[in-house]
Amino acid sequence: MAAIFQGVGAAATLSSSPSNSFVPKKFLTSPRRSFCVRKVPSSVVVRSDGSVNFDLNSKSRRAQQLVANAVATKADSSAASSSSNPGHELLLFEALREGLEEEMERDPCVCVMGEDVGHYGGSYKVTKDLAKKFGDLRVLDTPIAENSFTGMGIGAAMTGLRPVVEGMNMGFLLLAFNQISNNCGMLHYTSGGQFTIPIVIRGPGGVGRQLGAEHSQRLESYFQSIPGIQMVACSTPYNAKGLMKAAIRSENPVILFEHVLLYNLKERIPDEDYICNLEEAEMVRPGEHVTILTYSRMRYHVMQAAKTLVNKGYDPEVIDIRSLKPFDLYTIGNSVKKTHRVVIVEECMRTGGIGASLTAAITENFNDYLDAPIMCLSSQDVPTPYAGTLEEWTVVQPAQIVTAVEQLCQ
Amino acid sequence: MATAFSVPKFAAQPFNPISPTSQQKPLIFPTAASPFLGSTRKLLHLSSSSQLNLRRRSSGSVFAVSDIVKEKKSTSIPSLLITKEEGLELYEDMVLGRAFEDMCAQMYYRGKMFGFVHLYNGQEAISTGFIKLLKQQDSVVSTYRDHVHALSKGVPARAVMSELFGKTTGCCRGQGGSMHMFSSEHNLIGGFAFIGEGIPVATGAAFSSKYRREVLKEADCDHVTLAFFGDGTCNNGQFFECLNMAALWKLPIVFVVENNLWAIGMSHLRATSDPQIYKKGPAFGMPGVHVDGMDVLKVREVAKEAIARARRGEGPTLVECETYRFRGHSLADPDELRDPTEKAHYAARDPITALKKYLIENNLSGEAELKAIDKKIDELLEDAVEFADESPLPPRSQLLENVFADPKGFGIGPDGRYRCEDPKFTEGTAHV
Repeated sequence: MAAIFQGVGAAATLSSSPSNSFVPKKFLTSPRRSFCVRKVPSSVVVRSDGSVNFDLNSKSRRAQQLVANAVATKADSSAASSSSNPGHELLLFEALREGLEEEMERDPCVCVMGEDVGHYGGSYKVTKDLAKKFGDLRVLDTPIAENSFTGMGIGAAMTGLRPVVEGMNMGFLLLAFNQISNNCGMLHYTSGGQFTIPIVIRGPGGVGRQLGAEHSQRLESYFQSIPGIQMVACSTPYNAKGLMKAAIRSENPVILFEHVLLYNLKERIPDEDYICNLEEAEMVRPGEHVTILTYSRMRYHVMQAAKTLVNKGYDPEVIDIRSLKPFDLYTIGNSVKKTHRVVIVEECMRTGGIGASLTAAITENFNDYLDAPIMCLSSQDVPTPYAGTLEEWTVVQPAQIVTAVEQLCQ
Repeated sequence: MATAFSVPKFAAQPFNPISPTSQQKPLIFPTAASPFLGSTRKLLHLSSSSQLNLRRRSSGSVFAVSDIVKEKKSTSIPSLLITKEEGLELYEDMVLGRAFEDMCAQMYYRGKMFGFVHLYNGQEAISTGFIKLLKQQDSVVSTYRDHVHALSKGVPARAVMSELFGKTTGCCRGQGGSMHMFSSEHNLIGGFAFIGEGIPVATGAAFSSKYRREVLKEADCDHVTLAFFGDGTCNNGQFFECLNMAALWKLPIVFVVENNLWAIGMSHLRATSDPQIYKKGPAFGMPGVHVDGMDVLKVREVAKEAIARARRGEGPTLVECETYRFRGHSLADPDELRDPTEKAHYAARDPITALKKYLIENNLSGEAELKAIDKKIDELLEDAVEFADESPLPPRSQLLENVFADPKGFGIGPDGRYRCEDPKFTEGTAHV
């Protein structure tokens, strides 16, 4: 499926395919594959491979549990190219909104809480018109008290509702750290499993366009140690809607990281109901020479660098890890076993970021497969400056990625 | 209105023990000769009716309930506040609370339980007075001083004792401990270690109740939530934020302040610019009520009205209960800062002794019956300790259970399977 990016500068079509971590090995190791859209067309192929039998059982079990498995949907849309179901085009924030609206229609216990989510429609319009449709109590405009309304969401989740708490900017959730760490992450455990907390905490984060230090924070690195929560980061309209829906349906507390600069991405997404698996990574561009792991906005910087790299004769494999906690070590591991070189490109700061954890996880699990040390490209450990030039040098740029790959592949 | 006690005076004066005569009639508030630290009798907005009726007051009303009780008693034919059954229920619950906490202390010093254990001795009137009015579906949210709240709400003593011993049969499978008592069956939503962090959770539970009534159209849903917390918490941001939200949306919640005047070693007067906590209710648009928390019957009167108010959908109430903890902040606290005269003063106002006296004086019960209840509770506790002693400790396989409600959250391992599907998963580690 084609994705047209506005404001990012990449012009070529990009395949943003849903994830499938149960690809049998014969596909992964087939050489000289030149097409971009590599996807196992249907689960039938997977099932026919006896070597992944166990996975099939769990996968088909999962497929039964889920309304529509991401792979199955992709099968439908790619297998029937002339189908009567062309999908519809929308922007990323509209995709989030659509996912949220569909879940609210499906389950009356789903509600939204946050600042300006109701009458204002959300600071990035993710909840536009939802208050008109569902009422002021289901789309609740809260006072400016992050710690308390996040705690209120947690209390509501423990007593049967499924709240979606919006942080107007993820950075504001620092004020809610007490509730997120102590209550959201821990209460299922400390209550001995008596209370579940099916809450979704979402909001825009990341470095924007000269928003200043406090509005440009990457909280995924702060939250990653909290036991008991899952973290996902969306990057395309397709996975934004899929992850939003999966997060709402999940019984675990999920933190969904969106990025301020990605809200206007346009893509054509399926009409039918689908979700994206919360624990799986997404293969963006298969390749042979080097594995580039990334997430959120950096995916687009990586793809831009990938174009340059391809022109220079390299064949990078790009994986959008999507699940920041836990890591999809299957997809990542298969890639490492194939390419033997890893570059991690992230927007987090170098110290204690997602990349640092990922480096540790890969080293622990796949050290034997690495031909070179892992390169981790992260933002500089500085508060994001306001000045445009300084801000540009704070985050990783495509040129740096190209240089890193060239260095690694010497 | 005149205020005899101004804040600076409290801070400057040493504590004055009240005259002995006022101890003997626990139901009538002591006369002007008894200044009470952190409280005032003075701010009264009595309507012409002697009825204790919060509904008729504006949301900005503030009054000292015990005076109203006194007034009510003087204008009407003396009537009993409780029936015999109610009285015995209250007595039994308070004795259970007291005996349980004493047993905890014993067990702690014998090395059966560890960590921070905060005992509730002296404050039983509040727990019993409020929680015994609740239905099973109503929720209670507490703090680390939560053993007695759990018992009053109906959690069996065996389950609480096992939890304290860290056994797998505890109410939280041994994973919570003293400060994290939970029971989904009895709607006890914690047990929180950080002060103030339970108040938003309580607000959320109240929000759920309102949501069910108005969005899910469960018309008979009138569940009320009680949030218990102390005087120290009342200087915390979460307290004020939740007062605002609860009043704004008229949530069915009652905020119960157990003002025992001390936050570990910090006197309430040294920590608070205006120590009259109940006054902070009207600032947010809800009634603020002050009550003598050493008297279970007074507490019960106020509780009835506040809970009924919440059930009717009229919104929250802030109730400040003046009370005292007879022991230190926790079993690790040497409790050296508090004045022995202050302690003696409150020991003389023991809520259990007071209720016992009331029951006997009003011919609701006799010594023998009450002693039988004492004995019954003792046996119950012996049984609880025995049960806890004999219960097994949690096995290694329990470590990774309950981290996630959906264990797929542990992720996909290098072999392509979900980690939780690995039969040896529980012997492994939780890192992802």
